[in-house]
Order: sequence, then structure tokens, then C-alpha cells
Amino acid sequence: MRDLNNPFSPFTGRRCPEGADEGQRQPPMSALPLTCLPASSPRKRGEEGLPQAAAPFLGFARLLRRHAFAIAPEQITSFMQAVTLLGPRSMNDIREAALATLAPSPDRRSEFEAHFRAYFYGDAKPSIEGEEDEETRIKDDRGTREEEKQTTRREKGGELSSALEQLSSRDFQRDIDGLGQFRRKLASALPPRRSFRTTRTRSRGTLDLRRSLSEIVSADGDIPSPQLRRRQTVPRKLLLLIDVSGSMKLHTADYLKLAHATVQGADRAEIFTFGTRLTRVTSALRIRDRGQALARAALLVDDWDGGTRMGPTLLALLSVPRFSAFARGACVVILSDALERGDHAAFQTAMRRLSDRAFRLSLATPLAGDPRFRPATDALRAILPVLDDLVDGSSVRSLSDFILALARHAPAAEAIWKRVS
Amino acid sequence: MALTDAVEIAASPEAIAARLAASRYLADESLATAIFLAIRLGKPLLLEGAPGVGKTEAAKAVAELLGRELVRLQCYEGIDAAHALYEWNYQRQLLAIRHAGEHEIDIYDDRFLIARPLLQVLRAPDQRVLLVDEIDRSDHEFEALLLEFLSDFQISIPERGTIRAATQPIVILTSNRTRELAEALRRRCVYHWIGYPDAAREAEIIMLRASDVAEATARAVANAVQEIRARPLAKPPGIAEAVEWANAATILEKGGCQWPEAFRRAIGVLIKDEEDLTAIAPGLGKIVEEALA
Repeated sequence: MRDLNNPFSPFTGRRCPEGADEGQRQPPMSALPLTCLPASSPRKRGEEGLPQAAAPFLGFARLLRRHAFAIAPEQITSFMQAVTLLGPRSMNDIREAALATLAPSPDRRSEFEAHFRAYFYGDAKPSIEGEEDEETRIKDDRGTREEEKQTTRREKGGELSSALEQLSSRDFQRDIDGLGQFRRKLASALPPRRSFRTTRTRSRGTLDLRRSLSEIVSADGDIPSPQLRRRQTVPRKLLLLIDVSGSMKLHTADYLKLAHATVQGADRAEIFTFGTRLTRVTSALRIRDRGQALARAALLVDDWDGGTRMGPTLLALLSVPRFSAFARGACVVILSDALERGDHAAFQTAMRRLSDRAFRLSLATPLAGDPRFRPATDALRAILPVLDDLVDGSSVRSLSDFILALARHAPAAEAIWKRVS
Repeated sequence: MALTDAVEIAASPEAIAARLAASRYLADESLATAIFLAIRLGKPLLLEGAPGVGKTEAAKAVAELLGRELVRLQCYEGIDAAHALYEWNYQRQLLAIRHAGEHEIDIYDDRFLIARPLLQVLRAPDQRVLLVDEIDRSDHEFEALLLEFLSDFQISIPERGTIRAATQPIVILTSNRTRELAEALRRRCVYHWIGYPDAAREAEIIMLRASDVAEATARAVANAVQEIRARPLAKPPGIAEAVEWANAATILEKGGCQWPEAFRRAIGVLIKDEEDLTAIAPGLGKIVEEALA
């Protein structure tokens, strides 16, 4: 077997051609299995005691961290161990080791590969923005972690952001838009669902055999009062889909504030924005401070005030298993005017699939603020049968009242709007 | 020692791949490397992938190549310590108390302890492989419990003290990625994303799994399934479905059905969603013809 005591035995002492610096210009893989720093290269802090040849691996992990991949120190250790275990006989071994131990999420695999090529082969700067194609692009913000958000906050923390901070905290104190109250009420207002976990109860429950028997055992065979248990109820998930297209321009800022209050108030809420693309902004909105959270979310969304492709973007949401799982058994609230241009077949399919998955599917449109509003467009008429609610989304107040009333029963949207028209 | 056995078996990724093939599981280089690293680094192996790409099969094959018994823990929402770790057999304890009368009796004896999968593996880590299946179905509470188990490989039973594994057990976790797992869990594991195989490999898998199927049929099925997966379906067919399709079409063909027709009539075992069926139906004839060509 290979020598495990000396973790970097295969490549200690080997020298790179001069000028090979941190993987910027590397010979092709066949010529050299590994890159390493020139002998004279000054070591960075924290690398003392590491064999020189190990530096590229540490450097690669650091590079990934800079690009918001979450990589723990123990993963770097595993990475180096893995490289040693595999030989490494070729660059591919290093790549496999990196994939297995640094565990990039499948969504960011191509980005990872680009960084790998750039770092170890010295290719041109990775072009991650590329791959523009017909399919709806999906952006998931999970790669960025809380810590990074903190640092960027500090870096950018000029006068602008500190001013923002003050502004929003004042907002919360006065609670001008009622969102503070909304946030506090939300968790208890969402419709409940019976969980598979059980909770102890004194009355109205089934016999908890496990606890009853252990009680009997500890009482030496005496039979005390039986212990009861009941299935817990937990609030359902809430999935907010916010239309950020041009026609919704006046409302998106308000909607995002509402979304922020939702994420802060509810345990399991997910927020997506859609226009021509689909963007998950939930983790950005987890930042407690509203100004910061909204600024962060605004940066993530690329398709502000553009066109809408509701059908394709919603289908894109459903095609990602993880995202469509958010909709299962959830209250799905779509904030949009539902002005789908052209063919609405895809939109209709998407809505039907959403309604199959969701506990309650609601569409809140700002147009319904007008008393003369009727669901008259083809697209609206087509989706009306699958909607549970079609409500007024013209103000934060009406929307938050609606969301807080989600647990209450209401007649189906079709019945209501038939009566009106 | 068993661990040295495992190290001997896992001499290199190629050795693993060869042994997996002997257990009728075709692994690509990347998966073989991940298994090799998991065994040699002594870390759990986390396999993620779409449903039907053979994650559970991979775990079974690993158990087989190591010559160990597979202990499977199927996760579901609400799974808890009593299902995963251990449980006391209260009925037997009660009977024993009755039976003992005036004698002293240890009701926390081994015979009253019901070992659940995690404890079973702890007790004989060199004879068993633990498979924690579909961990994304469990809830966060269970994930935390599992995390604790995976970091120390020990279980504390208040009445008995702590039980520790003599050697590091081999653990495989699978996830369908219907939700995100905790970062802590991901980084503690060796990770591998299993994708759909390419057409050539899929044809090999079909031939390995369904011995009646002719090579040409297997190739055609593999090509057609690749094409079908590229379409926007609600539920793209997995490998198991492809194998069934090849099998079903072969049976129909032996019953006197013509080739392209046999594929078309057997489509129900490949695509199991009414909407997908209607979406794929118009183009199916062309797909099959191209695949057969």
C-alpha cells in the first residue's frame, strides 16, 4: 500500500518550472501530474508545516470559498487525504477527489468544473455566465452563506447602507405598514397540518404504549394512570411566488417587504421571484434587517421589470424536484397580474400541476383592487377552475390580511367570480 | 481484522469497480472513486441523484463486495430514536417482573433490548453495512440525531451507558434531493452525485439486469430512453423503468408483435404519468425508429 504516514510523499520535493504561480500557467496534465509553488514562493500565513506540494489544494479550496462555495476545514483535510490515497496518477484523480470531498452541489457543478480547469490547468477566467439557451434559467441563492453576507455587508457598509439600516429600523418601530404585526401573527395564522410526530397530552389522545409501559416498569408493576399522546399539528409551508416583470413595477417593492416579513415570521416559507427567469431569494430574506435583506435580494434578481414568461418559469420551478417539493401540501400564493402574453397553454399546465401539489393555490393580482375587475383575459379564465382564491393584491394591507386568513375556509375562486360577473 | 479486509478489498478504485461489476452493478469511474474514498477515509458516503438511478442498488452492491450484511434504515417524516436506535421490549419486561416474583431481576438486560438499525450496526461494525435510505424524507430533528451518530459512532442508552463501535462502520446515505440536507451532514460525508448513465452504459446495464433481452434491443432502448429523458417530463424514466421496458417489449415481441409496435405498446412500464404519456405519444414512433436505426 501507499505510504499513509507521509501524507504528501508522492510529490514532496518536486519542483515546478519557474514562474508557475498558483496554477496560473500550467503545463498540460500529461506532462505534470500536479502543480506546485516555486521553491522561493513566500508561504501564506497558516501554511507553515504543510508540505509545499499541498499548497495548491489549499489554494483551490480557498478559491472556491471566495466564490461562495461552503467548504469546511475538515473537507480540505479530506480532500488532501483523498488526493494522497488516489496516487494521484492523473489530474482526473484530483478532480474526482475534489468532487467527492468538497461536495459542490449539483446545481453548481459546471461552475465548479470551470474553477477547477481555471485553477489547475490555467485556462482563461471561468465564464460562468455563459450557457444562454432556450430553457428558463434558475437561480438558487443557497450557495451564499450567512457569514459571507456578513462580510459583504461590512465591505459595502458605506454611508448608504448605514442610512438604510436606520431607516428600516425606524420602520419597524413605528410599524407603518402593519408588517410587524403581520410577522408576529403569521406563524399561528397559517393553516395547520397534522405532523407524524406525536406530543404528550392529558386528554383526547391515544394510549402511548411506550411511555405507559416504561412508567409501569419504573413503578415496579403498579399501574399508574395511562399516558396519552396525540399527533402534533404544525403550520403548513407557505410558498410565495412574486412576479417582478415590468407590468408589476409599482408593487414589487411592497411585495418584497411582505416577503421579508413572511420569511421572518413563518418557520417554513419559501420565496421565489419570476419574470423571464426564476430566482430563489429565501436565504437573502433571512437576514433580519429589512434594508439589508431587500438590497441583497435585489442583487440576486436579474430580471427586474422585464417581460413575463409565467408558464415556462413556473414549469421550471416544478421541474426541479427540490423546488416542487416546496409546493407539496403548502399554501402557494402567486403575486402577479397574470398577464400572460400569447399562448397560455404552458401557464395553464403549470397552474394545474401546482394546484395538484398545493394545499391551497391563490393568485393575488393588483388589478383586482379595481371594483370593475373581472377575470376576463383568456389566461385568467383558463386557470380560474384550478384556483382556490383570486384576490386583491393591490396593497400590502389587503395581502397581509389575506395571508393571515389562509386557514379560514373560503369558497373556490370560480364560484365567487361567477357570482360577481 | 475486518477493517484491514475492507482496506484490502478497496485497494484502488479500479479494484472496486471490478468487484462491483462482479456483483452485477456497473459503476462509472467517478462512483468507484467515491466508494474507494469513503472506505479508505472512513467517512460515510452520501449518494444523491434523481429517483431511479440506482442509489439503493449501489449500496447493496457495496455490501456485497465487502461480503457484509446490509442493514437498511428507511427514513420517513417523523422517524425517531425508537425506530432508528433502540427500544425496550416493555411487554417482556413486565412479564419478567411478574415472573420473577420476589427474586431480583435486571430488566435492562440484553434480552429486553430491541436493537434498531443504528444499534445493530454499532454492535457488529465489521459484519454490517448501514444504509440510511432517502434521508431527505426525514425531518430536521432526525437529521440532527443522525449527525451525532455519524460523528462519534456511539449511542447512549441511559439505563446501560454508552455503546461504542469497535471499528468504524461503513455507512451509505442516499437522498433524492427533495430538500436540502444540512451543510454539516454534507461536509461530513464523501459525496457523489449519481446522474443518468450514457447510452452505452445503460445498454450494458439493461443486458446485465434483463438476460432475455437481445443486445440490439438493449441498445435501442438505451438510445430511446436518452431521447425521452431529454424531453420536459414531469417524471423522467429511471434505469429500472428502462430495464422493464426492454423486458416488456421483448415479451411482446416473442408473443408475435412487430418491433416498433412492441416498444410503443409497452410504453406504460416506462412512463407512468398520464400527462407525460400524452406529451410523448406523438413523437414516440419517431424516437423508437431512430433508436432502432
